[in-house]
Amino acid sequence: MALDDNKRQYLSRLEGKTYFILGDEACAYGALFAGLDFFAGYPITPASEIAELIASELPKAGGISIQMEDELASMAAIVGASWTGARTMTATSGPGFSLMQENIGYAIMTESPCVVVDVQRSGPSTGQATKPAQGDVLQARWGTHGDHNIIALAPNSVQECFDLVLECFDLADIYRTPVILLMDGEVGHIRESVVMPQVSSIEHASRKIAARSAEVFGGEELVPGMIHYGQGQNVHVTGSTHLANGMRDVTTPHVHDVLIKRIYDKIDKNREKIVRVETDLDDKKKARVGVISYGASARPARGAVRAARAKGKSVDFLRLVTIWPFARTQVADFAKDLDIILVPEMNLGQLSREVERFVSGEVVSVPRIGGIPHTVDEIYDAVMEVVR
Amino acid sequence: MSEPRHRLMGYVREEIMPHRFCSGCGCGTVLNAFTNAVEGIDLDPGRMVCVSGIGCSSWIPSPYFKSDTLHTTHGRPIAFATGVKMMRPDLTVVVIAGDGDVAGIGGNHLIHAARRNIDLSVFMVNNMIYGMTGGQVAPTTPAGVKTTTTPHRNVEPPFRVADLVVAAGAGYVARWTTYHAFPLMESMQNAMTRKGFSFIEIISQCPENYGRRIGLRRAIDFLKMFKEKAIRIEKTRDMSEEELKDRIIIGRLCDRDRPEFADEMHKLTAEQVAGLKASKEAAG
Amino acid sequence: MIIRFAGFGGQGIVVASYIVVKSAVYDGKRAIQNQAYGSESRGGESRGDVVIADEEIYELEPTSYDVLVALTQPAYETFIPLLKPGGTLILDKDLVVADKKLEPKRIKRHALAATDIAFKKFGRKIVANMIILGYMNALLHPVSQESLERAISETVPKGTEKMNLDAMHEGMRLAGEAK
Repeated sequence: MALDDNKRQYLSRLEGKTYFILGDEACAYGALFAGLDFFAGYPITPASEIAELIASELPKAGGISIQMEDELASMAAIVGASWTGARTMTATSGPGFSLMQENIGYAIMTESPCVVVDVQRSGPSTGQATKPAQGDVLQARWGTHGDHNIIALAPNSVQECFDLVLECFDLADIYRTPVILLMDGEVGHIRESVVMPQVSSIEHASRKIAARSAEVFGGEELVPGMIHYGQGQNVHVTGSTHLANGMRDVTTPHVHDVLIKRIYDKIDKNREKIVRVETDLDDKKKARVGVISYGASARPARGAVRAARAKGKSVDFLRLVTIWPFARTQVADFAKDLDIILVPEMNLGQLSREVERFVSGEVVSVPRIGGIPHTVDEIYDAVMEVVR
Repeated sequence: MSEPRHRLMGYVREEIMPHRFCSGCGCGTVLNAFTNAVEGIDLDPGRMVCVSGIGCSSWIPSPYFKSDTLHTTHGRPIAFATGVKMMRPDLTVVVIAGDGDVAGIGGNHLIHAARRNIDLSVFMVNNMIYGMTGGQVAPTTPAGVKTTTTPHRNVEPPFRVADLVVAAGAGYVARWTTYHAFPLMESMQNAMTRKGFSFIEIISQCPENYGRRIGLRRAIDFLKMFKEKAIRIEKTRDMSEEELKDRIIIGRLCDRDRPEFADEMHKLTAEQVAGLKASKEAAG
Repeated sequence: MIIRFAGFGGQGIVVASYIVVKSAVYDGKRAIQNQAYGSESRGGESRGDVVIADEEIYELEPTSYDVLVALTQPAYETFIPLLKPGGTLILDKDLVVADKKLEPKRIKRHALAATDIAFKKFGRKIVANMIILGYMNALLHPVSQESLERAISETVPKGTEKMNLDAMHEGMRLAGEAK
């Protein structure tokens, strides 16, 4: 996908520069570098800064940003716009993310590329409205009803809020699916340095285009091509179970089986291509204890690991950049010689359950709720308790 | 000898005919009026996107009408259509859906789209019941009617949806019934050719799941009732609320020019792009 | 170095924290700025945190500080227990009455009449934050003078650069006197 002149004109002022900005703002700029065409959102702390910056900047790049009446409508609007060929995004936090689940399911079922940013905050319900958490990890995976697969990425710095949103747009187009940027209120609301890339250095993925409207929802490939609206192709898009040509068939078991398994498999079978992790292994001794973390929690977690090593203790560290699909082979490989795996996360233990499924060692959840992130000390203490 | 092909067959997805509407359903009349309307103004279906939700009348565009089609979640077609229209203002975007969809679960999207005056044509088929799901009470069901979820009687007053949309700021609002197929068709043509949010409330019959609860078992009984109860808005000026209580006010409720949302947003974007260009040129 | 600025909305608390951290970035340091947001920041309380380091920063919301700048009594009373022993406290002496019982051990307390001087010398109470910044930087050198001046010039409203820089220099002068 090539950026048009308006986008290039806009981005030329930013490329190569270093800014000291919020994670939310970095996410918004990342979307602009990704070639965002259309944004629809609804205000919510701690995600509003994304909508605010996009509302200010996107028109300058030739795009459209609107505020809808709620999050249901925001999600609906970005899916509708996606079928015109636009790169589209919305941004919200937990309560809004709950409301979006309905149409995230629709986007999955209709294979509509789009990006959903969830700046997670403390819940359930209104919870500690302005405070960070990582309580939507499993909602991101299973929030919408029915069998499905999902891609979700979690940034652990302001720079990564920028970098990963770019990646989200590409994954959405490549796999024709909604992709979730699972930020948290912590990375969203701190300011750090961000280096903006040169526009020419970015390779934007393109959507595959189908030859005939009869193949927009099936065919030989796991990911069929799209045909955008307005080309006289009578494309039929439905959230109901459908045939390769988009026509409803909600009664034939085989039709549902083929459709849902393909939609599931296109992510499952490309797991190794999609998944990214960051490993920090102890190079001195073979560790028996490891720490797995992600998002904002990964920062104090890594600090704790480094502090333990400084005390002569051997500890391995794995950070999940991709949350979903779960990095099962990477986690299993990381943990194969470990007796104990600690999983610090800003919830009562959500991803730790997933870790348990793929390791033989003991998994120890290091939960943190209350609207504050872990301190380095509390994870350090947890590590020192189990390390010999 | 084979049956002669209907002149409007090119406007429907012929391969999935015959349609699945119940015998006597008003949706057939609406589909008929709609295809006639499109043909009458030479609208190219290739330049249309038809959006619908969940319910019997949503089947009019999805799958029957042959254009780009977006069959969405229950209540949300106007919100999806907003996304389509914002990015392709050159296409004619039509929403056809039922009263439960548009005025019930999706009522909030309806009033906000009307307030924005976004250039959508929304044709709401009001059969006064949740027909597809078996006859549950709708926000448009008259008080006193027994439905499957108001088995004793409905105590709620019904929504006057078209009046709501007028109040919310739509450019064009009309109400017709399936008895008034010709003025309905002309009204649809008006809606699709003028800019701004256009809304037509189409009072329709559901003999299967509504009629049998109120003693109107045949479509013809409904049409007679619509004919009797209908009164042109022009004739209602001096009538009291009491006199109009059981009447169906038909005709054009409003027709006014207001700034259109997609236009305004694209204007704003053009200004911002030009502003940036000018500032870059000034900076050399 | 971890610095917390705390006070009341309108005292330029968040701006001060932003300027320090931006200066640190110009110095090539790692830095994080954090502040109170949303409904949290209503009702008057204002807070801005700064973390400056030479290497990767692991602690996103520090629970203790090397420096506390307190510009209201409630800010002082709430946050003084979190100042590290041996840390530095800077307060506005007309707005805060210090209470030794609350204070950690061996802290260095600096009391100056920043708001009063800002009003009397510059006619604007708001530049009290610049006086504090100059004072703090002269005392503790978290950032270079050059970067601080650049960050101030870039951050304050256009046309007020000179006044803000003058106020910052006034703070530096006061720190020199205090030594």
